Amino acid sequence: MRISTIEQLDEQRRRFAALEQEIPWQVKVCSGSGCIAAGAAAVHDAFVKEMAAAGISASTSFEQCGGGTSLVAKTGCQGLCQAGPLVTVQPGGIVYTRVRTKDVPLIVTETLQKGVVLESLLYRNPNTGEPCRTREDIPFYVHQKFVALEGCGIVAADSLGHYLARGGFRALVHALAMDPIAIIDEVEKSGLRGKGGGGFPTGRKWRTCVNADGDERFIVCNGDEGDPGAFMDCALMEGDPFRIIEGMMIGGRAIGAKRGFIYVRHEYPRAVQRLQSAIDQCVDAGLLGTDILCSGFDFQLRIVRGGGAFVCGESSALMRSIEGFPGEPRSKYIRSTEKGLFNQPTVLNNVETFASIPAVIRDGAYAFASVGTGRSKGTKAFCLAGRVNHTGLVEVPMGMTLREVIFGIGGGVPNGRRFKAVQTGGPSGGCLGEAHLDLRVDFDELSAAGSMMGSGGMIVMDDYSCMVDVSRYFLKFLMGESCGKCVPCREGLFQLFEIVDGIARGNGTRKDLERIEKLGHAIALSSLCGLGKSGPNPVLSAIANFREEFEAHIVGRKCPAGVCRELTTFQIDPHRCTGCMKCRRVCPVNAISGEKKKPHHIDTALCTRCGACRLECDDEAIAVV
Amino acid sequence: MKITIDGKKVEAKRWDTVLTAARRAGIAIPSLCQLDSLENVGACRLCMVEVNHPHWRGAKLVTACEYPVESGLEVITTSEEVLRLRRANLDLLLARAPESRRLQQMSAEMGLEQSGYVRPDKGTACILCMLCTRVCEKLGCNAIAPAGRGLDKRIDTPFGGYPDTCIGCGACAAICPVDCIEMTDTAKTRTIWGRTFEFVKCAECGTPVITVEYRDYAIAHRSLPADYYNECSDCKRRKLAVKFAKVGG
Ligand SMILES: Cc1cc2nc3c(=O)[nH]c(=O)nc-3n(C[C@H](O)[C@H](O)[C@H](O)COP(=O)(O)O)c2cc1C
Ligand code: SF4
Ligand code: FES
Repeated sequence: MRISTIEQLDEQRRRFAALEQEIPWQVKVCSGSGCIAAGAAAVHDAFVKEMAAAGISASTSFEQCGGGTSLVAKTGCQGLCQAGPLVTVQPGGIVYTRVRTKDVPLIVTETLQKGVVLESLLYRNPNTGEPCRTREDIPFYVHQKFVALEGCGIVAADSLGHYLARGGFRALVHALAMDPIAIIDEVEKSGLRGKGGGGFPTGRKWRTCVNADGDERFIVCNGDEGDPGAFMDCALMEGDPFRIIEGMMIGGRAIGAKRGFIYVRHEYPRAVQRLQSAIDQCVDAGLLGTDILCSGFDFQLRIVRGGGAFVCGESSALMRSIEGFPGEPRSKYIRSTEKGLFNQPTVLNNVETFASIPAVIRDGAYAFASVGTGRSKGTKAFCLAGRVNHTGLVEVPMGMTLREVIFGIGGGVPNGRRFKAVQTGGPSGGCLGEAHLDLRVDFDELSAAGSMMGSGGMIVMDDYSCMVDVSRYFLKFLMGESCGKCVPCREGLFQLFEIVDGIARGNGTRKDLERIEKLGHAIALSSLCGLGKSGPNPVLSAIANFREEFEAHIVGRKCPAGVCRELTTFQIDPHRCTGCMKCRRVCPVNAISGEKKKPHHIDTALCTRCGACRLECDDEAIAVV
Repeated sequence: MKITIDGKKVEAKRWDTVLTAARRAGIAIPSLCQLDSLENVGACRLCMVEVNHPHWRGAKLVTACEYPVESGLEVITTSEEVLRLRRANLDLLLARAPESRRLQQMSAEMGLEQSGYVRPDKGTACILCMLCTRVCEKLGCNAIAPAGRGLDKRIDTPFGGYPDTCIGCGACAAICPVDCIEMTDTAKTRTIWGRTFEFVKCAECGTPVITVEYRDYAIAHRSLPADYYNECSDCKRRKLAVKFAKVGG
């Protein structure tokens, strides 16, 4: 397929849209990281095999379908990772959850051949027990709003044809007909802000780049995604790679860049492979290269693989890394929009930011800005993780409260435990408590509360989490990821860690909190790059919001949550214990004794405070004293 | 162009940093990792100052050694906050290298008695100011470089092995503000970075002049006469004096 003109693009789009209409069944097997880990690849292969065995003509390539041939596609993350592997069957949009290879023959014979929906594989509403057939019935999906993730989990990730059938590259055609400055105006009017952490207005960034002097301009996509537990960008790169390419092309057109780079961490081999395949298909079709769609626009894209250091996501370190030097940040007193990659004006945006661009151009700035709050427009993707019923990938309109995200979409805290804290903004974000649940998802509101939007991690914690321990964990992570170049970050985070570790071990003193605050502020104000500047956030926000818990460790020498081993003693409440023996079986060091149906007892001398018994006990008989 | 430093009008040149402009005007700003002939890295953060501009919305805290001047810039080098940040960073450095005379002296100047932090048990006294690697790079040898990250970051030879390109000049050891680069000189040899170099001996008096590798490197790269390092500088001077005396006499 060669697409040299806009007419040819339209023709192909019509052809593929018609082809999609003719596909009898589309079996979309989620191939996001979560579902792959749960065995989605085998499920996909099983569908291919079983459909062939049942005499259903099927192909794994969208382009080869139609005319009686069904599609078995691998898609990007479908969102509800917790209930994976997910399989969506079209038409009907039936969502099957926890699909095993052994379920596949039944799906083929019942659903594909007889049109019967298998209730046992449907998602069940946890409150009503009702089975939910489609996305529209599942509470997890109904409160979401998909913009950047519009196609993720819907399109066959490896198919240019399917992307075109779904209206792909329409925004590019729009953009090619616009004056480059008008594209920037549109992006600026939309209020789109960078989704990589800083929330810098994208339009304004593009404009400063255009106004800077240089021999050449570059456009760079930040797919480093170093936050532990976050995978929005990974999902997008794997699930809708053409959309990122389209976004970058529009950006390239707007700022006058002929070359673009996508920086992806090497731990994302699938993302690299899908992006590369997408780039190759675009090059083959003539959508990347010279004189694209006869518009005179030349654009090339290259993937650069990063070594997987968290700090390489920082803009100056990332550019050093692309240039072939060690990824170390440098002071940005001269902005990278003026002197960036190879010392030329450069625009760096996050994956999700680029994925939002086609929507801005296609639907217009006003439509995009109709969602959101005063200064945070559109949507934001999050990875819901931790102690919440529905973990997975979500995209919510800006302005939704944390409560709605955690309890509405996330379905609340499992096992009837109490919500305690939510950590937003990744490892250098902040810990917010119950009092902050009505905060809205908004760059400025989250920052004002001492946390941040960050790139979109959202870790929910219940009352079995200790905020001292959580602070220690994040400090340890950041300490290890600090590039070590500047003193406050390298030495300061270490000293912060030492103080917090001392508190967690029961060696804290009353002065420690003040010392943490003083040192934390000094680190934040004098570090070279964003890692150091935001590094103290988790511990500072934890102290601000959970001061009593820190004091309990220091003054009472107790860890109320029962996490810090040195400060915890577990005891079985004889009135609550039913003698079910569960804890006895789970204890790894055999510290629990007791007979069936009689209260059990923990030998504190043997107990290692791992907390396994407490998680197992249904009667809440294991108390922290 | 004109800038203001601590209320004083100061003349600055186009490519100046705040630090160079301040020094020229006789205003002292502490610095550790900065040297005029080397590229700036902004590692020690002791030169923090506050900058502001009538066109800006508010002041910024920046490193003076890196911040480029612009017309109308207002610099404050001694605000409460600036002093606090400098002291905090010096405190962290002092925990790392309490024996350093240079740091002790700076501490005395800034009114810091002793570090309030524990001494890290990981790593050496090296404060990673990168002066050594930058002089080595400037000389063209690139024998040492930073390796690792975070607390594991250290200055090392390539892969911790034999420093092939080292010429034993000792510039790194001489420039180190905390004296943590080990260099042992004997009458015949110099040992540094795990490598031992032979000295060239003065043809007149026999004192060590320079390592053989350094001599060869310098002669090759600076187009010096081949016998340039045959005598030590003292003997050269003495011979020259004798020559002058003869001519004059
Ligand atoms: C330590 C550190 C790590 C970062 N990691 C990422 C990352 O993984 N992905 C990302 O898009 N931005 C990351 N950023 C933010 C980038 O520096 C940059 O602001 C962003 O990519 C700009 O894109 P945006 O304007 O679209 O958000 C990081 C920043 C810091 C300081
Ligand atoms: S703040 Fe940390 S990561 Fe950033 S330059 Fe300094 S040491 Fe490196
Ligand atoms: S002298 Fe400026 S940071 Fe070290």
